[in-house]
Amino acid sequence: MSWAGWLRLIVVTGAVLLLEVLCRAGVIAKTVLPAPSVMAGDLYRLLASGAASADIGETLGNVAMAVIASILLGFVAGVAIHAMPRVRRALDPFLATYYAVPFFVFYPVLIVIFGLGAAPIVVIGTLFGVVAMLINTLNGLDRIPRVLLKTARVHGMDPVRTALMVKLPSAAPFLFTGAKLAIAYCFIGVIAAEFIMSSSGIGYSIAYAFNNFDNARMYALMLFIIVLVTVLNAVLFTWERRIMQRRRR
Amino acid sequence: MHGKTDTLLVIVALVALWQVLHWIVGSVALTSPADTLARAVELLGSATFWPHVAETGVALLYSLLLAVLGGLTIGIALGINRLAGEVAEPILVSLYSLPKITLYPVILLAFGLGLSAKVAFGTIHGIIPVIIFTMNAVRTIPPVMLRSARVMRLSPPQLVSTIILPAALPELVSGLRVGFSLTLLGVLIGEMFASQRGLGYLVMNAIGGHDVRTMMAVVLILATTAVLISAGLLHIDRRMHRRAS
Repeated sequence: MSWAGWLRLIVVTGAVLLLEVLCRAGVIAKTVLPAPSVMAGDLYRLLASGAASADIGETLGNVAMAVIASILLGFVAGVAIHAMPRVRRALDPFLATYYAVPFFVFYPVLIVIFGLGAAPIVVIGTLFGVVAMLINTLNGLDRIPRVLLKTARVHGMDPVRTALMVKLPSAAPFLFTGAKLAIAYCFIGVIAAEFIMSSSGIGYSIAYAFNNFDNARMYALMLFIIVLVTVLNAVLFTWERRIMQRRRR
Repeated sequence: MHGKTDTLLVIVALVALWQVLHWIVGSVALTSPADTLARAVELLGSATFWPHVAETGVALLYSLLLAVLGGLTIGIALGINRLAGEVAEPILVSLYSLPKITLYPVILLAFGLGLSAKVAFGTIHGIIPVIIFTMNAVRTIPPVMLRSARVMRLSPPQLVSTIILPAALPELVSGLRVGFSLTLLGVLIGEMFASQRGLGYLVMNAIGGHDVRTMMAVVLILATTAVLISAGLLHIDRRMHRRAS
């Protein structure tokens, strides 16, 4: 691990320890935040008892569906829009301001259209993730070096082979960034939608525990999400860095 | 004026899509564009609507102020100190992609119901992108500028005001744009759960009362305002980047 990596570990561990000390000393009231060790214990018991497995499974399933849908849709739409410069110019301001629209407010509309259940949640997650993928696909296609395309033409490559052997590898880092963002946004969208008005899933479970003053369960689930997203991010971040480095060489 | 007609066509297409959806699912789920617009105009003309707008506006303003000032300070500090930046970056990215809505109960317990909770929620949404953009902007400042600043013995405040801010300005505007969207989202989510006032509360209230017309109208007003402000910032953003390159 690099020097910065070790430092990062020390900083994060230090922060957790500090929080632990502050909670134990009573500087942070127990009603506001339990000590990290207590949270971890609660989480362990919750996971071991299996009481949250159904909610966790459901949320992860929803996120997975939303991720697949947004990556596929975003990629296909990105390739299509890239091929039509005029459409792209017209759509540009909308794409750039897309995330300014607070989507959660559409959730009730989606419930009526898609019915109660997983579908509206997956749709919200997809709506959140798809444009990140789309924008990065456009970006990636823009940054394909001209000379590579010219070389492909000189070699008489047909469009399919050009796409597979030149365009795709060249745009790959951007596609990866898009996919990474799509995953993060899908998590945010799915959990927020569950939080607002659903009857199952981790988001709902946290809101329910909060409304019933079940702090132990609430903080355990929060910790679960934080750890899950952080680990996922760390893996994707390292992977992305490796791809970027390979490209630079 | 090719661009303007194209943009107009996209808007027409969006409205047409909305109308078709309305025909498919019916008024109970989705009011028609014309009906929604009529309700929006009605809302804008009513005296009870504006206090909610003011409430959201004040919360947004405070959150933005905190997010931008805090984000700039932290971002510049992390940008100047390379090692600190490298240590912090993955942590920041992680925080950025965390579904912050799950932290809502903590914020509520810490700040109580009302304005401060909304502002805190808006700020935690908006500050991280501002930090990330600022940090990256400061990092890309040519080293020669920083070296000449050292030769001329600029004091730290002078360094920030004469070199770092002007050089990083285009990226800062980009950060501000993303920060604005997320801050608004944070404030609205805050209002949807724990407030008796504001536009987020109005939407939630309309949902609870099955008043689809009001809900859609508020969403329309919100979305239009957000897109207009964001488009304005985008315009400034592009101009700056063009001038910088």
